[in-house]
Amino acid sequence: MILEPRFTDDLADLPTFKFGPSSLTWWGVVGFMVIEGAGFALAFAAYFFIMGHEQGWPPEGRVAPDVLAGTLFTIIILLSEIPNTIVKKAANAGDIAAIRRLLPVMVGVGVVLLIIRAFEFNSLNCRWTDDAYSSIIWALLLLHTGHILTDWIDTVVLCGLMFTPVAYEGRRQVDVDENSMYWRYVWLLWIPIYLMIYWVPRL
Amino acid sequence: MTDIRAGTFEGAAGRPAGAERERERVEAENRRLAEERKKIVRDGPKLKGAKLAARLETAWRRPPGIIGWLATVDHKEIGRRYIITALAFLALGGVLALLMRIQLARPDSALIGAERYNQLFTMHGSTMMFLFAVPVMEGVAVYIIPLMLGTRSTAFPRLNAFSYFMYLFGGLMLWVAFALNVGPDVGWFAYTPLSGPEFTPGKRADVWAQMITFTEVSALAAAVVLVCTILKTRAPGMTLARMPLFAWAMLVQACMIIFAMPAVALCSSMLISDRTIGTNFYNAAEHGDALLWQHLFWFFGHPEVYIIFIPATGFVSVLCETFCRRPVFAHAVVVLALISTGILAFGLWVHHMFATGLPRVGYSFYTSASMSVSIPTGLQIFCWLATIWDGRPRFQVPMLYVVGFIITFVIGGLTGVIVAAVPLDLQLHDTYFVVAHFHYVLIGGAVFPLLGILTYWYPKITGRMMSETLGKIGFWLVFLGFQLAFFPMHWSGLLGMPRRVYTYPAGLGLEVPNLLSTIGAFVVALAVGLFVINAMVSLYRGAIAGPNPWGAASLEWATSSPPPVYNFEHVPVVESNTPLWDLDGELPVVTGLRVDQKEMLLTTVVAATPDLREPVPEPSLWPFISAVAVGIVFIASIFSPWAIAVGIIPCAIALTAWFWPKELKRHPEPVIS
Repeated sequence: MILEPRFTDDLADLPTFKFGPSSLTWWGVVGFMVIEGAGFALAFAAYFFIMGHEQGWPPEGRVAPDVLAGTLFTIIILLSEIPNTIVKKAANAGDIAAIRRLLPVMVGVGVVLLIIRAFEFNSLNCRWTDDAYSSIIWALLLLHTGHILTDWIDTVVLCGLMFTPVAYEGRRQVDVDENSMYWRYVWLLWIPIYLMIYWVPRL
Repeated sequence: MTDIRAGTFEGAAGRPAGAERERERVEAENRRLAEERKKIVRDGPKLKGAKLAARLETAWRRPPGIIGWLATVDHKEIGRRYIITALAFLALGGVLALLMRIQLARPDSALIGAERYNQLFTMHGSTMMFLFAVPVMEGVAVYIIPLMLGTRSTAFPRLNAFSYFMYLFGGLMLWVAFALNVGPDVGWFAYTPLSGPEFTPGKRADVWAQMITFTEVSALAAAVVLVCTILKTRAPGMTLARMPLFAWAMLVQACMIIFAMPAVALCSSMLISDRTIGTNFYNAAEHGDALLWQHLFWFFGHPEVYIIFIPATGFVSVLCETFCRRPVFAHAVVVLALISTGILAFGLWVHHMFATGLPRVGYSFYTSASMSVSIPTGLQIFCWLATIWDGRPRFQVPMLYVVGFIITFVIGGLTGVIVAAVPLDLQLHDTYFVVAHFHYVLIGGAVFPLLGILTYWYPKITGRMMSETLGKIGFWLVFLGFQLAFFPMHWSGLLGMPRRVYTYPAGLGLEVPNLLSTIGAFVVALAVGLFVINAMVSLYRGAIAGPNPWGAASLEWATSSPPPVYNFEHVPVVESNTPLWDLDGELPVVTGLRVDQKEMLLTTVVAATPDLREPVPEPSLWPFISAVAVGIVFIASIFSPWAIAVGIIPCAIALTAWFWPKELKRHPEPVIS
């Protein structure tokens, strides 16, 4: 026998979107950030584990990676937080015109970063097959490239969507907000990787 | 009525003419939406009962046929598939176990050769750990958790569908490879350097590593689904303090998956890249280290044991509550024990590596950490005992499994404390004593509660009861058969019989324990067969269950059995820890959700106050297509690393199509088409 209902409250006036931890996708994004963060943390652990076995770092006979491309990449990705913050604010304010101006900028930033990234691979001064040191620095750079690439594809798709009428749906603006949050994570994670690839071998 | 935010246009001041046109267009659109919004239908005192049910049915049912089957996002359908698939893999893994036991029944047996035997134990372990134990727990949770929390759907139901297909494809790949004689043969933990390119050429180890990739993607996706479901979709009033213990267990388990699975993802990717593109992570000749594998693998592998065990403790709490007819003793202690077990589980992995040579302080630290994890587990056991003691226990089949669990798991826990001590571990490492220990904790700790909970939730899933008589016979067979199969393994292990040997010589005193183990294994197989027969026959012959056949307290029993596709006609409200026991004849509900489109209620994380109305995605083929695309990439990458570079394109297309709205126009309220 199914229980008879006792009506308490009517929720028809509840909103259909909010920014931040009220949003379900916010939790989903955070969940995937934690997954990726755990993966990166363990890759960092593997880096130091391999380093612990060596007499020198880089190991004898290897040359530390050239810093130019990586440093350029770092400067640009840090500066990208400026348009990123503006997009995030525009999303929170529901300013569709600003989103439409700035999301393409973020797409462009991604393209520039991916091009510089190719030069970074070229300046590692080793191939992944050379030894464990080479393997792990290639792995770190590759993992982060995957990070940039997935966020870039996500931004491209979102950017396309924001030029359609559904841009005016609040939930799409929440998507933009959360995409910006994710980009912050991408560049924050880059800082330790940058130090590990380029500067720890120079200590 | 909530309005959809129209954009503001200050930012477009530079282009006044264009902005003006856009503003007019949006205003016209807003007028259209305001009109359409008036037509929205919601539940409430004026729309209830059969009329409401018909409305909801129309909005929630999936299209019929094979397309609808592949496109479904109903958590109950996906959960059922998870459970059935996992049980099929249990049967397959069990057949392998029987083959091994036949081989070991007599000394110097030549029935199965060493190479085939290596494949058998590798397939058995990998299947049981990755294709049965973890997925079956997630399957049960995917089915039950939304019902238990009083909501209409899981969070991200399409991701949920995707996770099932990834799991299925990974399992199929492993077993097809085995059938084609490319099955892995390096053990379920695939230690390097054995699994590396030098000692295992060919594709066997790659198949293993990619099966890991499939199941880890699947488990991670399901874990995110469960965490978000548990935190955001609970019925109003179900504060964290009132949340059922099974939901707590699944929350802890899903968080553990999120932290642990990336470790195996990383180490198996490094293994496959060592094997296919010549990296040197584990290659000692080029300054890599085989122990890096063990550290990363066990950083995942030890929590994995708790990932399997913690949901089972949730089952035990559920069963204790219902069959002792009182809330579980010291609810808060059980919750804290679950959380501390989850945290401590990440500090023990090195106890799998005592035999590799560690710094002295490492030995002491990991010994004490391993022993300390028995404290929260012990607390939970005392809480269950107190519940039984203070309650009015009914020893029906599910409760018998609880008793079987407590006895068997305590024995396994004690041998665990024994092997946590380094000197004993060095003696017992890689012997049958360890085999006995982990089967006691995994079968006793997880499979017994699973069989109990399947019997318990069977009427909810099918609408009919399982046979009590067959169930009792099955319980005694499985309980006694298990002891007969695995207790003698302590003995053969103490006599020095190493695990993973395909045979042993006569005259070492190993004949009797091995023969007993083999007999016991067949008794267990008989019992499992009986369980399956009971489940199948009861599907047609079982007594009609009704909504709440066990007189239980949690919300899944507030709806009909089996539940309708939309779970509840109105969203229930929770006012206590044991909602259905504290009612005065009527179920308190909230109203106002849409019933002409799929919609669910989101609540706040801690207090579970109503927060948002959330559209629920329509069925979609894209999760399936995405899983196919990703699966092809995973399998092809065994043969060429270029598969990843090329395959990223179809994967990106499929995933984009998944998220892209099918109608690029605004709706009066959001829908996910």
